[in-house]
Amino acid sequence: MRALYWKEVNGFFSNLSGYLILGVFLVSLGLIVWVFPDTSVLEYGFAELEPLFVYTPYVFTFLVPAITMKMIAEERKSGTWEILMTSPLSVSKIIFAKYTAALTLIVVALLPTLVYYYSIVQLGDPVGNIDHAGFFGSWIGLVLIGAVFASIGILGSALTSHQIVAFIWGVFISFLLYFGLTALVQIQEMSPIALFLEEMSLSYHYQSMSRGVIDAQNIAYFLSVIVLMLGLTGILIRRK
Amino acid sequence: MVISLSSGLLRSLFWFLDFIKPRQVLNLASQIPIMSLEVNRLTKNYGSQKALDEVSFVAQKGEVLGFLGPNGAGKSTTMKIATGFILPDQGDVVVNGLSVLQKPKEVSRLVGYLPEHNPLYPDMYIREFLTFIGGLYGMKRSSLKSRIEELIPLCGLEVEAHKKINQLSKGYRQRVGLAKALIHDPEVIILDEPTTGLDPNQLVEIRKLIKNISTDKTLILSTHIMQEVEAICDKVVIINKGKIVASDLLKNLKTEKGKSVLVLETEEVLELEWFSKLGEISFSSSDKSIQLKVSDAAAARKELLQILQERNLTLVSIQQKEKNLESIFHQITQS
Repeated sequence: MRALYWKEVNGFFSNLSGYLILGVFLVSLGLIVWVFPDTSVLEYGFAELEPLFVYTPYVFTFLVPAITMKMIAEERKSGTWEILMTSPLSVSKIIFAKYTAALTLIVVALLPTLVYYYSIVQLGDPVGNIDHAGFFGSWIGLVLIGAVFASIGILGSALTSHQIVAFIWGVFISFLLYFGLTALVQIQEMSPIALFLEEMSLSYHYQSMSRGVIDAQNIAYFLSVIVLMLGLTGILIRRK
Repeated sequence: MVISLSSGLLRSLFWFLDFIKPRQVLNLASQIPIMSLEVNRLTKNYGSQKALDEVSFVAQKGEVLGFLGPNGAGKSTTMKIATGFILPDQGDVVVNGLSVLQKPKEVSRLVGYLPEHNPLYPDMYIREFLTFIGGLYGMKRSSLKSRIEELIPLCGLEVEAHKKINQLSKGYRQRVGLAKALIHDPEVIILDEPTTGLDPNQLVEIRKLIKNISTDKTLILSTHIMQEVEAICDKVVIINKGKIVASDLLKNLKTEKGKSVLVLETEEVLELEWFSKLGEISFSSSDKSIQLKVSDAAAARKELLQILQERNLTLVSIQQKEKNLESIFHQITQS
């Protein structure tokens, strides 16, 4: 299993497209947080990183499926899937190795944003005037959002042997779960199940984490979505 | 009371365990498989198309089994089932006593497999790829390293060993695939068309390699190159439209039920009755040559010469005709 994990992580960095994905992610976040006047922290005047936490999930809906799209789809297409399936690794171990690799890459992509934290700590007046718990709650929330999107991306990759289709599935399901459910609540006819829909959406749990409180309920929600997605992936693969 | 009761219970349990233990061992001993790979009545449908229909054969240790058939006959499907990549509708494959349906992962440790299109990771270096595969099979780092250094010359990869897989020609990729199949030193080796894309020199080398490794392994290879079968296989299984149409030792197949065919040619016109005591006789190409079907070729040759001498005939040639595998193949698979 470790071999497959390292193959995925190394494969990402031995390829130009891996650096491209990371580069685009960090550049777009940098622009949003520091440059674009509408969202820039510097224009905002308060020592907090709200734009980072509001906009990263948007970027994630594209970034994470881009990382995961080839993980199963490409192996299927090139036939190397046969190598994995006829090896002693079970389907669940294959999925788990690929998932943890995706998760590692997401954390690696997020790590540079800690520099933003340091910058804001330095820029505060007095220095260090920042809601530390709020920042780290949100940051862990971001990692969890990434973890959920990764499981969705893996599912998308298992749905098809075309990378682009896998990408679109990943974006679509992530989008639906993060923004779609909350947006649906605003429809008048949905009011009887509005609360349920709201509680099912990722953004609801993410926002409650950004208050700086890591609640068991939220963690349980994220974990169960991940388990559900990976479980579905396993079922899909075994049926084919 | 409770203590003595429970200890009594325990003791009787131990006694019972002791009692059943030897029998278990006996059972295991009787289950030790003599054969290495056993394909049992495999059936597989793709939609309405019957890909495999009650396919059964056995491959034994130390022999090379050639799996022949026209394109689309079900060779690859059988091999994919044997390696656990796809599931059969019915039937089973048993490797060293382990069922591939019940213990697919244990079986995969015993089996080395070169798939049909030889899938590889093009972005990897050869050593990197082999290290990855060894890791999948749970090999330790040190033994893996020495195994790779052993396999690279064995598969003739020394010159190209530093290259990435996408820089290799087809023949070299095939060698990498072969090294991949051998890396965990499997008991059973399944090669799906191992020699496609090789040049004539490479063909000879790879065949030699296959022959070498087959001495203490079970080796199954599919192909449609008949010379290859004649060169390396001990046993031949021919499959057509999902059914086994022939399954025999190569020498039996070539000599038609153990009988050999002799062709005698002379300068003079021959008569069949002169040779009637030797066996089945017919004229071959002209009335100056006859064809005999005999069980003992050497004895028949002696007698033939005697008859020639008695009748004062001039010998042109005596040939022992072996059946051409290609014609057997045509005959069997086109009916």
